[in-house]
Amino acid sequence: MEGMSIIVKKVAQFMSGMIFLYGIYIVLHGHLTPGGGFAGGVIMAGAFILLILAFGSSVLRLRKEVTGSSRVESAAILLVVVLALMALGIGGKVFMGNFLGKGEPGELLSAGVIPLYNLFIGIEVAGAILTIFLALVIFKEENSS
Amino acid sequence: MIVYALCFVLFLVGLYGVLTRRNLVKIAISLSIMEFAIFLLLVLIGYMDHGEAPIVDPEAPAALYVDPLPQAMVLTAIVIGLATTAMLMAIAIRLFRKYKTFDIREIRNLRG
Amino acid sequence: MELSISVILGFMIIGAIYALHARDLLSAVVAMGIVGYGLVICFLLLRAPDLAIVQIVVETITLVIMVAVVLGSTSKETVTRFDRRSIMQLLATAIVLVGMFYFFLLAVENLSPLGEHSLLMSDAYVNGAVEKTGSINLVTGVLFDFRAYDTLGEAVILYTAALGSLVLLRKKGKKEA
Repeated sequence: MEGMSIIVKKVAQFMSGMIFLYGIYIVLHGHLTPGGGFAGGVIMAGAFILLILAFGSSVLRLRKEVTGSSRVESAAILLVVVLALMALGIGGKVFMGNFLGKGEPGELLSAGVIPLYNLFIGIEVAGAILTIFLALVIFKEENSS
Repeated sequence: MIVYALCFVLFLVGLYGVLTRRNLVKIAISLSIMEFAIFLLLVLIGYMDHGEAPIVDPEAPAALYVDPLPQAMVLTAIVIGLATTAMLMAIAIRLFRKYKTFDIREIRNLRG
Repeated sequence: MELSISVILGFMIIGAIYALHARDLLSAVVAMGIVGYGLVICFLLLRAPDLAIVQIVVETITLVIMVAVVLGSTSKETVTRFDRRSIMQLLATAIVLVGMFYFFLLAVENLSPLGEHSLLMSDAYVNGAVEKTGSINLVTGVLFDFRAYDTLGEAVILYTAALGSLVLLRKKGKKEA
């Protein structure tokens, strides 16, 4: 897949870092401001999609990329399930219970286990959307050349 | 009441698209339009007059909040709609590579 | 509030009807963007900022995926033939649509008017939620603490969609090799 002109490349280089940072902010502050794991995860995937579309890639590099993203998403959802099962043994002894301390409402470290859920689900959503997009692009590249 | 009726008209436009269009991409677009109409209907039901957005300020809690339960359901449904549309597009491009057309009548006639 | 949402819904209906009858597939995909982004404005007017953020990014990703599918493979829709079979099909569709609309109008009389929703079921989710969950975002508290099982199911659905796309879009199956 070919890249775009040099203006697009420079702007994408600059913007994709800020978009990724904004995605991390939305994920981490999911219990304080609107947003949460799903919106932040999609924004993080959007930063990578912008880089791939602006710079282009050969099929070999895209294949390595899709292996990496699918491993990241599998690991993240495994961590979500492990965190849910851990709540069976600690605290209220319910599946997916909130077993850490509640803290002060309004602080960054509050709401128990909810920020951890937000973080892992954010990483999982980013990996999943990147995998879907890369699978489509690899299929189109292989069957058109 | 007229807002609910208009919402359902949008749903019926999507249903008309699924029933009568022959292009696979347009069927996927119509399915998406049906889902959007249902999201709007759910959030409309949960709206309260003079209610605030459901984010609590710990020092000055508001008197009335908009219902957060339909919003949580619609948030789940939006992400599920994305997953469904993505899989439908993967099936569509696979069919296009094999039969060179998006028309569902031709795809049915060819026994591959 | 009813007036502004009705106006935006009117634009969305016009955009949806255009998306179904467009000749070119790329125009149809862009017209679907009208419906999606109009929905974002409706969510902001209905005091749902969480939903507005999620809908705007999900709509952008959906448009990117659809353009990636449509771009190399545009085909114009063939001219519809007006023979007896298509007339019967249109008549059956019209009967179904009008019937559904009539029954919906019968059912909507039992709904409360817009804005006078009674918090029967959400009383337990709003009162005392900040002490029980610890998060000041009520929607996140409902999603990740009171109804965390649904969120687990949603994450698994997205994972399955990614896995399914990877399996569907392989170059060679095992039988052909």
